[in-house]
Amino acid sequence: MAVNIVKERWTSKVAELTIGTGPNAVKVGGETTLPYLQFEGELPNKSLVALEVFDMAPQDWPELLTSAFADVLNDPVAWAKKCVELGAGAVALRLMSAHPDWKNASGEEVAKTAKAVADAIDVPLIVIGCGVEEKDGEILPVVADALSGKACLIGCVTPENYKTITAAAIGAGHSLIASSPLDINLAKQLNILLNEMAMPLDRIAIDPLVGALGYGIEYAYSIMERARMGALTGDKMLAMPICSFVGQEAWKSKEAKDPDVAEWGPIHDRAILWEAITASTFAVAGSSIMIMRHPEAMKLFYAWENEMRKSNAY
Amino acid sequence: MGLTGLEIFKQLPKKNCKECGQPTCLAFAMQLAAGKASLDACPYVSDAAREALDSASAPPVALIKIGVGEKAIELGNETVLFRHDKRFEHPTAITIRVSDNEDVKAKVEKINKLVFDRVGQIHEVSMVAITNDSGDAAKFAEAVKTAQDNTAYPLMLVTSDVAAMEKALEVAGANKPLVYAADANNYEAMTNLAKKYEAPLVVKGTDLNNLAEVVEKVVALGYKNLMLDSGATEISRMVADQVQIRRSALKLFRPFGYPTVAFATNDDPMMEAMNAATLIAKYAAVVVVNSAEPEHILPLITLRLNIYTDPQKPIAVESKIYEILNPGPDAPVLITTNFSLSYFCVAGDTEAARMPAYIIPVDTDGISVLTAWAAGKFTPESIADTIKKLGIMEKVNHNKIIIPGGVAVLSGKTAELTGCEVIVGPRESAGLPSFFKQRWNK
Ligand code: B12
Ligand code: SF4
Repeated sequence: MAVNIVKERWTSKVAELTIGTGPNAVKVGGETTLPYLQFEGELPNKSLVALEVFDMAPQDWPELLTSAFADVLNDPVAWAKKCVELGAGAVALRLMSAHPDWKNASGEEVAKTAKAVADAIDVPLIVIGCGVEEKDGEILPVVADALSGKACLIGCVTPENYKTITAAAIGAGHSLIASSPLDINLAKQLNILLNEMAMPLDRIAIDPLVGALGYGIEYAYSIMERARMGALTGDKMLAMPICSFVGQEAWKSKEAKDPDVAEWGPIHDRAILWEAITASTFAVAGSSIMIMRHPEAMKLFYAWENEMRKSNAY
Repeated sequence: MGLTGLEIFKQLPKKNCKECGQPTCLAFAMQLAAGKASLDACPYVSDAAREALDSASAPPVALIKIGVGEKAIELGNETVLFRHDKRFEHPTAITIRVSDNEDVKAKVEKINKLVFDRVGQIHEVSMVAITNDSGDAAKFAEAVKTAQDNTAYPLMLVTSDVAAMEKALEVAGANKPLVYAADANNYEAMTNLAKKYEAPLVVKGTDLNNLAEVVEKVVALGYKNLMLDSGATEISRMVADQVQIRRSALKLFRPFGYPTVAFATNDDPMMEAMNAATLIAKYAAVVVVNSAEPEHILPLITLRLNIYTDPQKPIAVESKIYEILNPGPDAPVLITTNFSLSYFCVAGDTEAARMPAYIIPVDTDGISVLTAWAAGKFTPESIADTIKKLGIMEKVNHNKIIIPGGVAVLSGKTAELTGCEVIVGPRESAGLPSFFKQRWNK
C-alpha cells in the first residue's frame, strides 16, 4: 500500500546570511522548509557553531569549562586559535573587559583585541559586546570600524542601542545580531528598525534571548518554531537565521555546574549533555547559529547534526 | 476534526420520533456535533451507523494504556503538530532497555533509582523494555519474570518470536505490557496473543508503506489497541517518519492514528541521549534507550517536562510562607516569585546550604523574577503587599529581607515601602550557599 507522503508547500524561505570573506566565508540560513525535513525542501547550510572566547579570564566559569582552555584563558588570541584547532566554525569573542563592573575598557582597547583575534584566525569572527546596552552602543561602533571589511557578525543590538551600532556596521560591511526577549513581534519590530536604517535583511540574525534546558527552553523553542513558520509563509521581517546563546545559558544551570548531586550522576556527561541538548533542541526548532562553550559539547552537536542532515527523501 | 451535524445526520434513522429529547433527527445531529448529546439517546441507530460514527469521531491519535496500577501510562490523544497551537498531551514514555543476556535484576534496580525531584514534582522513567537477545524463549520469560518481580514500571516485551512472546505473556500478560512487535510475517499470531491479554500491540513496518499495510491487516483482525514503529533506525529517517505519521494522523489517515515507538538505542550513550532528545521533541510516544545512568537520563526527563508543559499555563506555586528546615526567629527571609522553577531553585539551594529559612514567593502570575520585573509584576509594591499580607516579619526577630540579585534596582524603594533592611542576594540562587556564609552567618 502506497502511503500518501504529506508535504507542506511553503511559499518563502529563510534569508541566507554570509559571515567572513573569501575562502573563510561561511553561509547560514537559506532553508525552504522546517529543520531537517530534507524530504520537503532545501536546507543548504549546516548550523554554524561558534566557540566563545572572552577578552579577559572569565570569572564565573565552572572548572569543567575552564579546564578545557586552562592554558589560554588569559590570552584571547591563543584561545581563539585553540577554538579553531578544536573545529569551531567561528569564534565568538565576548568583550567582557568593557563591562563597567569589570575593567570598563574603552572602545579603542577592545577593538585592538578584536582586530588581533580576527587577524589570527581563518574562520569568521563573531563579536559580542559586554551586555550593558549603553556601553555596547559606544564600543561596538569602534570595533566595527577596526574590523572593517572582515564581514563579521556583531551583537547584540537592542532597541536602546541599535542606532550607533547599525550605522557603523553598515559602513564597515558587517552583519548584526538583534536581541529581543522571546517575542515574535518584538523581534520583527527591531528588524524593521534596522532595515529602516538601510541594513539589508540578509545581514541580520535574530537572538530571541533563549533559556537553557530546564530553564525556559520551551518558550524559546516555540518562539523559534513560530518564527520559522513566519519566514516560510512569507514574513520577510522574521526570515532571518536564529542565533542562540547556548553556552551562556546552559553553563548557568545547576545541572551543568554542581558536581556534588549524587542522584544526578557524575558531572561530566551531564554537563556536556546539558549544553549539547540545549543546542540540538534549538536546532530542531529552527536556530542555525549556536554560540557554545565546551568543545566536547560542540563535537557532540556536530556528530548529531551530521546524522540529522542525511537524506530522508521518500 | 469531528464530524459536522450534516455528516452525522446522514447516519441517523430520520424518524423524527423525538425520543432522543430533540424535536428532529437533524436537531439531535447538531447536538451531537457540538458534543452536547450522546448517541445512546437515540434507540434506533443501526449498528453500522454507530460503528461509522464512532470511528469518524475517534481522536486523530488513539489513546493507548500500558500497564496497570499506579505506574500505568497513557499515550497518544495528540491533536497538534506544534506545541504552541495547543499543547502536547501525554509525555513521552522514556523506556530503558534490559537485555535478557545481562543481569536483569541489577539493571532493573538501577532503573528504579532514576527518580528526580524537579520543581516540586517527582519525575521518573516510564517503562522497562526486555529484549530477547538470547533468542531463547525460556530465558526471555525468565528475564521478564525477574523484571516484573523487581519493578513496578510497566514492561515492554521485545521479540519477534511468537513462541517467546507467548511464554513471556504467560508471565506478564495480566499486567498489560506493551507487546513489541507484530510485523508482516508474524502479525496474525502476535495479534491473537495481544488480543488474548488485551495488551497494547506495536505494529512494526519496514517503511511507512509496509507499516500501513500491516496495520490494516491487524485492524482487519479486529484489534485497534495499537502503537506504531516505522522500522527506521537512522535518526534523520526516524524524524521524517515521525513527522509523516503525525501529519497523516491529524489528516485522519486512520492506519497512522496511533502513538509511536522509537528506538534511540546506541552504543555511545551521549549520541543515544542526543537522538532520544530529538525524538522527545518530535512526537515519539515511547523512546527506548540503553543507558540507565542518571547523567544521561536527567537531561531527557527535563526536556520531556519542558516540551510537554502547557504553553498557556506556567507552573506556579502558591504565594505563602514556605519554611525550609524548621526556621527559627533568626532565620533569613528570602523573596522570590511564584513561578515554580524560581521558587524551587531558591528552595533547593537553601536546603543544599543546610540553611533554615523562610521563602516568600510573590504572586507574579507564575512568571520568573526577571520576566515579572520587566512585566511590572515584581515590584516594591507587590513585595511590600505580600510581606504585609503574610505577616512574615512577625515571625522573625530581625528586620531583614533578601531579594534576588537580578532585581537589585528594587532595593531602595522596597526598603522605603516595607521599612525593612533590604539585602541584595546573589543573581543565581546557586550563589546562596556562599552568600549565607559570607553575609548571613557572620
Ligand atoms: C522564559 C522567559 C519568558 C517567558 C516567561 C516564563 C515564566 N514563566 O516566567 C515569557 C515568554 C512569557 C517571557 C515574557 C517576557 N519576558 Co522574558 N524571559 C524568559 C527567559 C528566557 C528565562 C526566564 C526564566 O524562566 N528563568 C529561570 C528562572 C528560574 O529564573 P529566575 O526566576 O530569575 O530565578 C533565578 C534567579 O533570579 C535567582 N533567584 C530567584 N529568586 C531568588 C531569590 C533570592 C533571594 C535570590 C538571592 C536569588 C533568586 O535564582 C534563580 C536561578 O538562578 C529570560 C532570559 C534568560 N535566559 O534568563 C527572559 C527575560 C527574563 N525576559 C525578559 C523580558 C523583557 C520579558 C518581557 C517583558 C518581554 C516581552 N515579550 O514583552 C515579557 C513579559 C511577560 C509578561 N508581560 O507577562 C527579560 C528581562 C529584562 C531585564 N533583565 O530587564 C529577560 C531577562 C530577557 C532579556 N535578556 O532581555 N519571558
Ligand atoms: S430518537 Fe433517533 S430517530 Fe428519533 S428523533 Fe431522535 S435521532 Fe431521530
